[in-house]
Amino acid sequence: MGLDFSVVPAFAGVLLTGALWTIAITLSAAVLSFFGGIVFAVIALYAPLVIRYPFRLFAWLFMGTPLLLQLFLIYFGLIQIGIDLPAFVAGVIGLGLHFAVYNSDIIQSGILAVDKGQYEGARTLGLSRIQTLRKVVVPQAVRSVVPPIGNNMIALLKDSALVSVIGVAELTLSSQMAISRTFRPFEFYVAAAACYYVINLGLEAGLRRIERRIQLAR
Amino acid sequence: MSDRPIIDIRHAAKSYGSLEVLKDISLQVQTGQIVAIIGPSGSGKSTLLRAINDLDPLSSGEVWLDDIQVNKALPTRQYETHINSVRQNIGMVFQHFNLFPHLSVRDNITLAPKMLKGISKAEADQLAVEQLNKVGLLDRIDYYPSQLSGGQKQRVAIARALAMKPKVMLFDEATSALDPELVEEVNLVMKQLAEEHMTMIIVTHEMGFAQDVCDRVLFMDQGVVVEEGPPDVIFRNPANERTKNFLRKHLKGQH
Repeated sequence: MGLDFSVVPAFAGVLLTGALWTIAITLSAAVLSFFGGIVFAVIALYAPLVIRYPFRLFAWLFMGTPLLLQLFLIYFGLIQIGIDLPAFVAGVIGLGLHFAVYNSDIIQSGILAVDKGQYEGARTLGLSRIQTLRKVVVPQAVRSVVPPIGNNMIALLKDSALVSVIGVAELTLSSQMAISRTFRPFEFYVAAAACYYVINLGLEAGLRRIERRIQLAR
Repeated sequence: MSDRPIIDIRHAAKSYGSLEVLKDISLQVQTGQIVAIIGPSGSGKSTLLRAINDLDPLSSGEVWLDDIQVNKALPTRQYETHINSVRQNIGMVFQHFNLFPHLSVRDNITLAPKMLKGISKAEADQLAVEQLNKVGLLDRIDYYPSQLSGGQKQRVAIARALAMKPKVMLFDEATSALDPELVEEVNLVMKQLAEEHMTMIIVTHEMGFAQDVCDRVLFMDQGVVVEEGPPDVIFRNPANERTKNFLRKHLKGQH
């Protein structure tokens, strides 16, 4: 049996809905991973040891174990201790925290790269340690690490396919639903791949705009 | 009360391991006085200046700002609150400007007043306009530091420090990193401050400027104040051999 792409348009609506869910979960997880990354970076560098050490264990858990396993744990595992999250929320939390840990590493290096004179400039004006971090150091650190964080966000988009296994009807799961109706895996996986590609182009364009705006503000 | 010095340094000493960078220095500065600290590099002059706002804490000795001890021994948290409020009264200008590159000139100037004095955005903007007018850079209010020349950056840094309405201004080699043709514009701003009777302590390598503007000159070497006096005496008729040597080397080519 040959390839027949004419079956795809009939499922365009299903794929489009899936694509919208993929975009929604990617953007939500990206925002969580960005702000989570900032918070984690500040904890890793400045929190008292009693917070820093448990945090390292937590970071190691997220970096050292498969994302798929983490999603299972959050979605299926947490129910046992009474936390019953909707699949979408579980997916956003799983993806978001996983990538927050990676972003945190990058942001830490950005914070450490901020010139010592910046702290002195802020502290001599009377700003506190926290105010200095919040208004002077972290904004500069984040600006300097936007490109590598952008790369992480593209990885996040692709890894969002994993949340199909906990039942979020995003692009990958939608294409599988179409396949189960038509028995045409090649056509629908290619169609899904094309959708990912287009979303990726949009994401890259967005990241480039952010990079350009940040460069202007320096 | 009128003769209490605004800055009073009592028996300041500091060492890094066995290296003594400051050895029992005392210095009183009256309100409105302008004091220059000169000396070879490594003499401790910047360390002394940075001890005044406790940026480089002393090993022993006391620093007083009016009736408040700056380097008070306090538990960490109380010390934080204490030093932050003290520093609001001590403006400091650095060799490398230390402007915030991610903020516009306006925001560089208004950041601290907005956060620390609870003033409104409109009041803060007014403050930025006032201070920039003073340093002649009002037309650069919406620029970013990277768009300014070195001299302009330093003038913005001075405006930023002045916006906190400090009682004292500290200058740590404010013109050392500037191209020679940009030094004058910064010197002019500092002269103008002198005319307004701002209390200033200036660490500098510019003997001509020190001579013109300052009321007193301290010559430091190897962690001690070797000689101090009015600029005419220090520059024209120094008593100490080390001072003479330093000035001979330094003034060559300048006069």
